[in-house]
Amino acid sequence: MDEQAVQRAVARMARELVEQNEGPGNLALMGIHRRGVQIADLIRAEIERAEGVEIPTGSLDITMYRDDLMAVGPRPVIGASVLPGGGVDDRAVVIVDDVLFTGRTIRAALNELMDWGRPSLVSLCVLVDRGGREFPIQPNVVGKILTVLPDQTVEVSVPDLDGRWGVDIVSISNPAPEVEG
Amino acid sequence: MSQPSSSLGKDLVGLESLSAEQILTILNTAEPFKEISERRIKKVPVLRGKTIVNLFFEASTRTRVSFEFAEKRLSADTVNIATSGSSVVKGETLVDTARNLEAMRIDMVVMRHGSSGAAKFLAERIPSNVINAGDGSHEHPTQALLDMLTIRDHYGKIEGLKVCLVGDILHSRVARSNVFGLLALGAEVAVCGPKTLLPRDIAELGVTVFSRVEEAIQWADVLNVLRLQLERMEAGFLPSLREYNQVWGVSSAKLEQAPGDLLILHPGPMNRGVEIDSDVADGPHAMILHQVTNGVAVRMAVLYLLTGGAPDTAEAAKEGAEG
Repeated sequence: MDEQAVQRAVARMARELVEQNEGPGNLALMGIHRRGVQIADLIRAEIERAEGVEIPTGSLDITMYRDDLMAVGPRPVIGASVLPGGGVDDRAVVIVDDVLFTGRTIRAALNELMDWGRPSLVSLCVLVDRGGREFPIQPNVVGKILTVLPDQTVEVSVPDLDGRWGVDIVSISNPAPEVEG
Repeated sequence: MSQPSSSLGKDLVGLESLSAEQILTILNTAEPFKEISERRIKKVPVLRGKTIVNLFFEASTRTRVSFEFAEKRLSADTVNIATSGSSVVKGETLVDTARNLEAMRIDMVVMRHGSSGAAKFLAERIPSNVINAGDGSHEHPTQALLDMLTIRDHYGKIEGLKVCLVGDILHSRVARSNVFGLLALGAEVAVCGPKTLLPRDIAELGVTVFSRVEEAIQWADVLNVLRLQLERMEAGFLPSLREYNQVWGVSSAKLEQAPGDLLILHPGPMNRGVEIDSDVADGPHAMILHQVTNGVAVRMAVLYLLTGGAPDTAEAAKEGAEG
């Protein structure tokens, strides 16, 4: 997916989110650190442009809730978790991430979200669903479903970290990106 | 995805052996932990299933409670042992105490001890992580780390700042840890106190010595006012508390001469009217309660980083939380 394809997908995802929630009024977005945060910002801008209301947006760093935290070596750097303005209580919270794979990140994000309050509804919005779930977790809104071979991985590029928008399937043995549209 | 932090190794004995990068890793890691104490549910599952013993051979309220909050907010199971009421009073040695605790399968020991070097001694003899919560007049690393975090919160940096430690430098583990940490991060460090309470070779550490607190106030961006341990007077280091207060005490009259922004830190517990006057302690320059708040975040960061294991598993940490 190139920049245009990502923008189109995000525009549609924003519309679907508003439609599924019967309006933007009660929505709050939570981007998962790091690339989900930028995608959440893009969705927020899109909803605000189309609907003319402000959407509270926060971010989640799920490191402290990882189920493999004690198995990995030197401690991963923890990013900031930021509550959306007005908190999450009684809001329709949308968790936003770049790639949905095993579902473990989302499990961790749900646990963190519950420590922050009690949303009235939680839904999941991902740019790419690549399959391979290990947990019973499904997205509500998806940008693109990709079929990925076992020796391949999906790389999402965002401007702040990678200088551009894009989605590429790369093979793990040979990390040169091949553009997938 | 998530990048691994630089490793601290197994223990935190002092700041003397840490690099600037390692110290900055601790301060940076403390930032996200600050937010947890502001949540409604002040708990994250980082140390779930870990058992930590707080082994305090010397009296402490602030440090022990701060460590305990840090441990509990990271979901660790904690046990507090104070010397009174423990088998230490029956003559058990430090290593025997620790080995017995290890036989009950603990993961970490936080220790305060009256003898300099006790933390290192223990760290070399048991496989659990050891954190020094103050050993004799050697080091008190987490206190210096929370002091530095407080300074950085205010000025946005440590490098290039002028920090003066005021008071009993000779007996102060807080002073030693601050000197090592601040110098590593590129601050200019000075000490100021009565000659009897300054180590004779203090200038060799690369610090400036002021003989008058008024000069220190003219020079410094930060004054870290140390607690005067009252028993020092009885030991003949000082003529009287009143004289100490007049010559070395930080008063608002003296602070009025400060040319610019000046932060006042104090590790607590304060002797109001001795090393610090009440109107200073409660005044706008004082960051003393901010230090206490930061103490919990810094200790959470240290606990988190020490569970990291060996550097050769860095690759595993790089594999992010994709999915």
